[in-house]
Amino acid sequence: MEKNDIILQVDHMTKSFGDLKVLNDISFNVHRGEFLCIVGPTGCGKTTFLNCITGLYNLTGGQILVDGEPVDTKKHNIAYIFQEYSTMSWLTVEQNVAFGLKMKKMPKEVIREETAKVLEMVGLTKYKDYYPVELSTSMLQRVVIARAFAVKPDILLMDEPYGQLDVELRFRLEDELIKLWQQLGTTVIFITHNIEEAVYLSENILVLTNKPTSIKKKLENTLLRPRNIMEPEFIGLRNQVTELIKWW
Amino acid sequence: MLNRFHRKAKGYEKIFCAAISIFLFLCIWQAVVSFTKVGLVLTGPVQTLSALFRSIVQPIGTHTIEGHILWSLSRVLVGFLLGSTVGIILGILMGWFRVVEAIFRPLYEIIRPIPPIAWIPLSILWFGLGEPSKYFLIFISAFCIVTTNAYAGVKAVDPELMGAARMLGANNRQVFSTVVLPSCVPHIFAGLQIAVGASWGCVVAAEMIRASEGVGWVIVKGQEGNSTVQILVGIVAIGIVGFVLAVIMRAVEARLCKWSVRGK
Amino acid sequence: MTENMINCTNMEKTFETSRGPVPVISDVTLQVQENEFLVLFGPGQCGKSTMINCMSGLEPVTGGSVEVNGKRVSAPGADRGVVYQKITLFPWLTVMGNVEYGPKVRGISKKERRERAQHYIDLVGLNGFEQSYPNQLSGGMQQRVGIARAYCNEPAVLFMDEPFGHLDAQTRYLMQEDLMKIWEKEKRTIVFVTNNIEEAIYLADRIVVMTNCPTHIKKEYRIRLPRPRDYVDPKFLQLREEISAVVDKAL
Repeated sequence: MEKNDIILQVDHMTKSFGDLKVLNDISFNVHRGEFLCIVGPTGCGKTTFLNCITGLYNLTGGQILVDGEPVDTKKHNIAYIFQEYSTMSWLTVEQNVAFGLKMKKMPKEVIREETAKVLEMVGLTKYKDYYPVELSTSMLQRVVIARAFAVKPDILLMDEPYGQLDVELRFRLEDELIKLWQQLGTTVIFITHNIEEAVYLSENILVLTNKPTSIKKKLENTLLRPRNIMEPEFIGLRNQVTELIKWW
Repeated sequence: MLNRFHRKAKGYEKIFCAAISIFLFLCIWQAVVSFTKVGLVLTGPVQTLSALFRSIVQPIGTHTIEGHILWSLSRVLVGFLLGSTVGIILGILMGWFRVVEAIFRPLYEIIRPIPPIAWIPLSILWFGLGEPSKYFLIFISAFCIVTTNAYAGVKAVDPELMGAARMLGANNRQVFSTVVLPSCVPHIFAGLQIAVGASWGCVVAAEMIRASEGVGWVIVKGQEGNSTVQILVGIVAIGIVGFVLAVIMRAVEARLCKWSVRGK
Repeated sequence: MTENMINCTNMEKTFETSRGPVPVISDVTLQVQENEFLVLFGPGQCGKSTMINCMSGLEPVTGGSVEVNGKRVSAPGADRGVVYQKITLFPWLTVMGNVEYGPKVRGISKKERRERAQHYIDLVGLNGFEQSYPNQLSGGMQQRVGIARAYCNEPAVLFMDEPFGHLDAQTRYLMQEDLMKIWEKEKRTIVFVTNNIEEAIYLADRIVVMTNCPTHIKKEYRIRLPRPRDYVDPKFLQLREEISAVVDKAL
């Protein structure tokens, strides 16, 4: 897998609702296999940004290309993870993870294999016959992650998936996420309000401005993994991003 | 996450769509009447509406159509106001006081599933053929619905909100008047809206049995005189009045419940 | 020697459920001094909120005792104020109506309670929003109303049960900074529950680390960093690592 091959190209993306301009001329590229974190101040057009990238909203101007073609959710394999853990409560863990593969009409054998593999990676093999209601928050989060990775998406969009978790747990799930990403080579776009989280996870950080949203700066994050939040370099980058965003 | 995919329709879009759908319905109705054998047993919209407008000045029986509507409306109003007042009081008391709940709930649970129409024979025996028996029927139908909703409303008060009030120093009586009452208003309104519809249904049923005026009477007379037009005039009148009542109720609710989801 | 504002002695709480008794608080003995900012810190959902409920009097303890301001706690009372995680504002009242609710039900004259409510509305930075309804405010602003409402009753003790738990990371920083400013301007005894270690160290005079279900005291830390504290100060980060290492791992 070549790192320099561009998978997502956002080209002068602009979105207005009536007279209200929400996204203002945003351009950036995402390489195949990249881990990109997007941070912005509270109230920046984060949701609009997401809905535009996924093709849910029509752009007012500019274009979004996946592998050189206009984005199309039917053709391109884009997976999402939202803050609310949307597991299907009437399905077991295993059925939840297999759901996406089933929708794609994969052969039964492949579904079973893929599901088992991903469940193993997130450590849920033991719990595969449980229903979501029987699981803790962190396990639910793992189910959602496993389900997203199972379909081998071209691009995985994550919208602040760890926002409500306590710090310890967050770090553990983040480490697991990094492990999955490294093993599977998925392209991840991770949106968050949490600057420390962005510095901890990313290869690149896209810092957004307030509405009308544009790109304030793109930062490269070359800190070695595993990262340590106490290292001066880590703190330096965290401060740098904080300075760019700080409104409070 | 589904709501991402549903954009709220704007005001003028809604009105436009409503106008189109009503117009299309009328066209289909007219077409069916004009071009098929259904025309033998059903009159078209043009004929029906013109009969409706004619009846505004030309009486059907002893009254014009507004007269009939007013008669029915006055019956609904009396029964509905009595029924919902008693229903609100009983529902709230049952929800709040355990003793009241223990005494009245079993009785009420037995009465509730009985359809109001089943009371018609009894009401005639008790109250005769005049107005009181009609009030009684409407009373019963509004009362059951409103009681259920008021009761459920009290039961659904957020316990954390009551806790918050207690922590701020409210005593039991104050929790009741400042938390329980306001927070069950949206529930009660939901009940009142259903009850208006049900009362309206009841009055028509009551008038079909015995009356010499009212919208229900117009329909029954139409059937007796083999006049499809008159039946349809009655039906359309009921539809329009029901719609107007619902709009009024919603407007009142929107003013009273600015703070709640239902008020929006 | 200052008098203790809160005295919990061998506090126990067991819930009777259909599957048998479930102990939630086990043998907690805790003192809180007047005007101290105490943080109860621990993982998971279980136990800490129940502690707040028992200390505030919303739920009775099943063993031991709780005393606030020298009086034994047995029922809710206006000398204890609570700010909840869930927004528990009265949705049918305006900001002003919510903030003056406490004094109003306690029969304080309209003029006096209006003045007092205005003072606290200004204190939390909501000047100009007095006539807004809660559903017109953002999450952070709603929580400010909650804080003003609790303050306005002038309680001896304020309990805060993860009040910023539903806010995004940046709004959370803002609320923490503002809460500190409010507290430094008008000192109160505050017991603050959180599962966020940054928040705990930023705010606390003293952090009490609790275990998960049944909850009891695992360890205590007195935080002596000067205020306002800096989230990326090496000493801050060091404390963070140290305390995190002590905490039970929630699954």
